[in-house]
Amino acid sequence: MHQIKEVEEKGLRKERIDRPIKARTDDIYFLSSFREILYLLGPRIVLILFLLLFPVFSPNPYVLRIFELTCASAIIALSWDFLVSSVGLVSLGHALFFGLGGYIAASFSAYLGFPIFLTIPIAMVGGAAISTLLILPCLRLRGIYFALVTLIYPLLLVRVIEATAILGGTLGITDVEGFPNYLVEVYLVVIALLISFFGLRRLLNEDIGMVLRAIRDNDQMVRASGINVTSYRALGVFISSMMTSFAGAYVAHLYMFVGLPHFGLDYSIFPIAATIVGGIGTISGPLIGSFLLLPASEALRALGPLRIVLYALLLVVFIVGKPEGIMSYLQRKYHQIERWIEV
Amino acid sequence: MKTILKVSNVSKYFGGVKALESVSFDLNEGEILGIIGPNGSGKTTLVNVITGFLKPNSGDVIFKNEKITGLPPYKIANLGIARTFQNVRPFYHLPAFKNLIIPLYSSRSRRFAESKFGDRDHVALDLMEDVGFERDSPIPYKAAAALPHGYIKRLELARCLALKPEILITDEIFSGLSAAEVASMVPILEKLQMGGITLVMVEHRLRELFRIADRVIVLEYGSKIAEGKPDEIVENERVKEAYLGTEVV
Repeated sequence: MHQIKEVEEKGLRKERIDRPIKARTDDIYFLSSFREILYLLGPRIVLILFLLLFPVFSPNPYVLRIFELTCASAIIALSWDFLVSSVGLVSLGHALFFGLGGYIAASFSAYLGFPIFLTIPIAMVGGAAISTLLILPCLRLRGIYFALVTLIYPLLLVRVIEATAILGGTLGITDVEGFPNYLVEVYLVVIALLISFFGLRRLLNEDIGMVLRAIRDNDQMVRASGINVTSYRALGVFISSMMTSFAGAYVAHLYMFVGLPHFGLDYSIFPIAATIVGGIGTISGPLIGSFLLLPASEALRALGPLRIVLYALLLVVFIVGKPEGIMSYLQRKYHQIERWIEV
Repeated sequence: MKTILKVSNVSKYFGGVKALESVSFDLNEGEILGIIGPNGSGKTTLVNVITGFLKPNSGDVIFKNEKITGLPPYKIANLGIARTFQNVRPFYHLPAFKNLIIPLYSSRSRRFAESKFGDRDHVALDLMEDVGFERDSPIPYKAAAALPHGYIKRLELARCLALKPEILITDEIFSGLSAAEVASMVPILEKLQMGGITLVMVEHRLRELFRIADRVIVLEYGSKIAEGKPDEIVENERVKEAYLGTEVV
């Protein structure tokens, strides 16, 4: 339990120990008082209240719009983190999932006149199914090869749409139905974010989550344990792409437009930056990273396309300086106390 | 005695290297078969071919009169042939007992489970007790990465037992263990044999192996050079030659 920092000066040493309340709440005894229950549930309650109440108190529609986009981006970052830290597949092409979701929702809405409450589920399932089918042949690849293949797909689809002028070609699809009112608009994405966040946490602690995490650790041993690794990897890709396709469909309806930028590099790089800044493999990390990065890049709107430079620079700074991300720092502050002791 | 597994004329080449050269043997139900040989003689390759991790260039593996050559590893594991790995890398990110959730999640284990929603955690802890983890100690709950080497070997054994195997192939399960640890491992293996599991043991520690094996096969440069009871193998001139200068019991 004792983590002793290496720094020693003047016979004093900094010591980090777990808060007593952490030790108590690790076990069933957390039920013994409201204080302990609050210690465990506090961060969750703060998160839920913030997401539910922010729209009520938001000063103007512009801020609200940024909030909605942040929530959508947070879903993408969550799905990227899930894929990389639970299934062990590094994707450089989340724009593929995002773009497919957007284009499917937009096509069903603009060409076939489907209502929103149908287009979004269709886009989620359809986008996930197409993504999984596209990625299925390269699921045997790992590491850098898988990453390269996923990087290529969105570039490829952009060229196909451009060259064949299907689905609006370079002009995109413009007659996409908007949301009926701002309440639906905001709370749809807030609830989706909460479901993805708590759903993923639950999933990873279930037996099936154990299987996914084990594949990341040692896939040969999972094979020897009688489990078809490829199908579970495909399941991981399906879940991740379904979440991102939702974000794509949502943003398409939000802008009432979908075009080639939906397959843009932004949507592949942003989740990586947000996850690294927030803390990889923590689930809460990508959420925090998104809520820092997207508003920051909005504030620097004047930079225009240089936004990607901002992401890239932040990525470098964090990878070099604090690879474990902000979340690990916050967790440490919450769970541990530091004090100077004499050696 | 009934033959449970038949390996006939299996050959495996890596480029120009002949890792296995028409190896054949029968495995009888309920016995302990030892496979020995100097370094690089093809022991692990043979295990990999039987369990589907490698496809042989020619030859067949027949399990209970059914050809299983070329089936993917997870299907062979689900048929009831479990194996341990030589270099054990457990699922480091999971607590030790959660490592067993993976095999318990396989279709074979789920078929054997009594109820559909049986608590796998309890089954996992029972299995760990079978291979010598103390249930009331904190060790099964520690991260697998923090376990000492001897416990990791036992965990690997438990992972195979979770599949309720008919054949258990251990790849150098004694390697890296102290004499005391081996001494505590042997009764576990003997208990498994009494429980009806057929054991194939690939080993370098001949002294310990010869005590419990019923029959031994010797490989050299990918070919089978001898087969017989342990005391016959010890006397075999050809085997002495293969091991010349190294371990002869």
